[in-house]
Amino acid sequence: MTGHLLRRLAGMVLVLFALSALVYALFYLMPGDPARLACGPRCNTIQVESVRGQLGLNDPVPAQYWHFLQGIAAGHDYSTGTSVQHCGAPCFGLSYQNDQQVTDLITQRLPVTGSLALGAMVIWLLLGIGTGLLSALRRGGLTERVLTLLTLAGTATPVFIVGLLLMMLFCAHLRWLPFPTYVPFTEDPEQWAWNLLLPWVALALVESAKYARLTRSSMLETLAEDHIRTFRAHGVGERGIVGRHALRGALPPVIALSALDFGTMFGGAVLTESMFGLPGVGQLLVRSVKAVDLPVVVALVLVTGFFVVVANALADVLYAVADRRVVLT
Amino acid sequence: MTGAGTTGALVEVDGLTIDFPTQSGTVRAVDGLGFTLEKGKALGLVGESGSGKSATAFSLLGLHRGTGAELTGSVRVAGTDVLNAPDAELRRLRGARAALVFQDPLSSLDPYYAVGDQIAEVYRVHTGASRKAARRRAVESLDRVGIPDAARRARARPHEFSGGMRQRALIAMALSCSPDLLVADEPTTALDVTVQAQILDLLHELRTETGMALLLVTHDLGVVAGSVDDVLVMREGREVERGPVDRVLGAPGRPYTRELLGAVPRLEAPGPPRTVSDPEILVSVDGLGRDFGRRGSRVRAVEDVSLEIRRGETLGVVGESGSGKTTLGRMLVRLLEPTSGRLVLDGRDITRLSERRLRPFRREMQMVFQDPASSLNPRRCIGESIADPLRAEGALTEREIVARARELLERVGLDPDWYERHPHEFSGGQRQRVGIARALAPKPRLLVCDEPVSALDVTTQAQVMRLLGELREEFGLTLVFIAHDLAVVRQVSDRVAVMRQGRVVEQGAADAVYDSPRHPYTKGLLAAVPVLDPRESAARRRARRALAAN
Repeated sequence: MTGHLLRRLAGMVLVLFALSALVYALFYLMPGDPARLACGPRCNTIQVESVRGQLGLNDPVPAQYWHFLQGIAAGHDYSTGTSVQHCGAPCFGLSYQNDQQVTDLITQRLPVTGSLALGAMVIWLLLGIGTGLLSALRRGGLTERVLTLLTLAGTATPVFIVGLLLMMLFCAHLRWLPFPTYVPFTEDPEQWAWNLLLPWVALALVESAKYARLTRSSMLETLAEDHIRTFRAHGVGERGIVGRHALRGALPPVIALSALDFGTMFGGAVLTESMFGLPGVGQLLVRSVKAVDLPVVVALVLVTGFFVVVANALADVLYAVADRRVVLT
Repeated sequence: MTGAGTTGALVEVDGLTIDFPTQSGTVRAVDGLGFTLEKGKALGLVGESGSGKSATAFSLLGLHRGTGAELTGSVRVAGTDVLNAPDAELRRLRGARAALVFQDPLSSLDPYYAVGDQIAEVYRVHTGASRKAARRRAVESLDRVGIPDAARRARARPHEFSGGMRQRALIAMALSCSPDLLVADEPTTALDVTVQAQILDLLHELRTETGMALLLVTHDLGVVAGSVDDVLVMREGREVERGPVDRVLGAPGRPYTRELLGAVPRLEAPGPPRTVSDPEILVSVDGLGRDFGRRGSRVRAVEDVSLEIRRGETLGVVGESGSGKTTLGRMLVRLLEPTSGRLVLDGRDITRLSERRLRPFRREMQMVFQDPASSLNPRRCIGESIADPLRAEGALTEREIVARARELLERVGLDPDWYERHPHEFSGGQRQRVGIARALAPKPRLLVCDEPVSALDVTTQAQVMRLLGELREEFGLTLVFIAHDLAVVRQVSDRVAVMRQGRVVEQGAADAVYDSPRHPYTKGLLAAVPVLDPRESAARRRARRALAAN
């Protein structure tokens, strides 16, 4: 296990390294002039050249990339002519839009996205596993057909439709819930949950459909296995069979997938955040792409990559923990 | 609903009919079956696949409930009217008064829980005992069925157990509540012959000790011979013959029973005498070895095997699972590259030839695989499957290829007009005939058959063996016959090699190896083979016990 984790860690570093090179090449060497983008549309040629010098864009490409990596690993200082600004590791540079440090921009927003992902995951797991379980046990009956229809509808409906409908109903019509704004957990936990409830549900409804289908098929597979028959033949009741044996066998793939989804979600639930106006990573990504704010976009791709890679490793480890026959090598 | 039934028998089955509704109409698995089983007695239910024997066994515990099968007639077990009892009453019967041991021990335990906890769970369901008491009971049961160091092993998970140990654990689970009836559905079919003997001995011992009744379901007449009092032979859901085991096996009254007995390969009967006149060596193997896995987890599947196979000769390779016989067979036709040693075909060293250089030799050496269902492409019609190796050779025109494929179909006993049919339209035996035809298509000189009949019923097995015997003469084949069944191997082999843990422990003329084995492993293997004579079987059991006691 330890050996596996170490090798995994080395692999992760390699993947992120490759990703950084790719992203760097894609964004900074692309046609278009970063210096002009950074300086803004009203700059004259002399100002652009001065910005180019500050950004080090006159250096050879490998040196620039090295500089970029150095920033991530050790941070560096920016001189804006009059003062020196220190940008601590991991430093992704300054935003073209407002000269704020990219790292700060992201860390400010991570709690929002994290809150959204965590709450939504709890709901989608409860909802997804519950529905999947029910439709597996009521196989062939009316309940199953209705649930199948609902999960299909869930998968097919985009989150902005579900979110809009929910908002219209609960915020505008019934006025049971506030229109979501982000309240930090540390400030007021109750308002935090209350405001996030709608985004959680909207996101979870869409995601849970996938989990319901996975749980259902995994459950049916397990129920058809020989060892279930063994316990039936020994007089173990249906509740014991489903609860202790079938569900236990059906869960490992569900656990692995949720670890994966949770990680991916840290890259920003773009649609949900935009829909509900939550100041999360996804919203930042949308704005930065629109404004061609390259340092932010590059950093977000790397951060997303980091979470996905970590989640992948976590999914594998969780799978091995859940199913002891799996040996990680 | 407790208390004895009308005749006081433990099991009373009367007019039992089981129908399975399928898309293409209802299939009647059991048709008007009736029998009784007294307390403490043992009944063997014998039949080929599809005879309805397992369906009957499952019906004793009401396992058909909820599956859509339709049962009529009456089944009474330990006073419970199984077909009509409410679910709760049925659950009280299952496991407590009547327990079932399944065929496949590898998959019949929950992989996620410790073996002991699974047994304890069953015990708690029926007795309401405390966790601690149940765990103690589980350890006792495991100890009773001969699991060494039971207290520690009870905490292991099923994948840490061998096949034989898992079957013991399942028996321990069945015994945990001291049932009056044990139903064992093919309990040894998935096991090696030596392990099979141990499990059968264990069942026998437990029966004499606890006085429980046994219903033993099996396709293997040798298995029932030493283990039951009465036998019921089934065919197509009906009873063919029933009676005391020595009478039915010794003097069968029905033609089908005689046919079944006649098809069972006998260990003590040598095959028809043959003389292999050609002294020339076709295949010579020297120090052959093969490893699997990487560094830390390297497994030596075959180690230092040296053999010579003469032209026209048949070499039998026997061994238990994991002995490396399949790996050896695959190396002989170079489906696997040996890790070490030399493989010489007809004077040419082909050990390390590249796939391209090997191609001209491919047609010389062909293989027949164990599972005819999965070794034929299900989406290709059988004629095309046979034609494929001919096309690969590229020597014949399309018309000649089709004509040759049809000719081969006819030769292996199939209708040439079935060329266009697909594998699922055939029975297991017919599929294996297709597999043989495909192997024969390129006119090979060496044919390696890897467990060609182990998936087949005895009567079908006998037919396929006869076919192989004929083809061997007709095509002048050199045959390597790999099997775990010692009796089958004796039927066809001129010489025999016995494998164990990747090595050949003994080889020689078939009669010599079978009649006067030298290696202790060969002796043990031969002693473990079930015999059809109940008296002989009992004598062997005593001998095994004496051997174990020493």
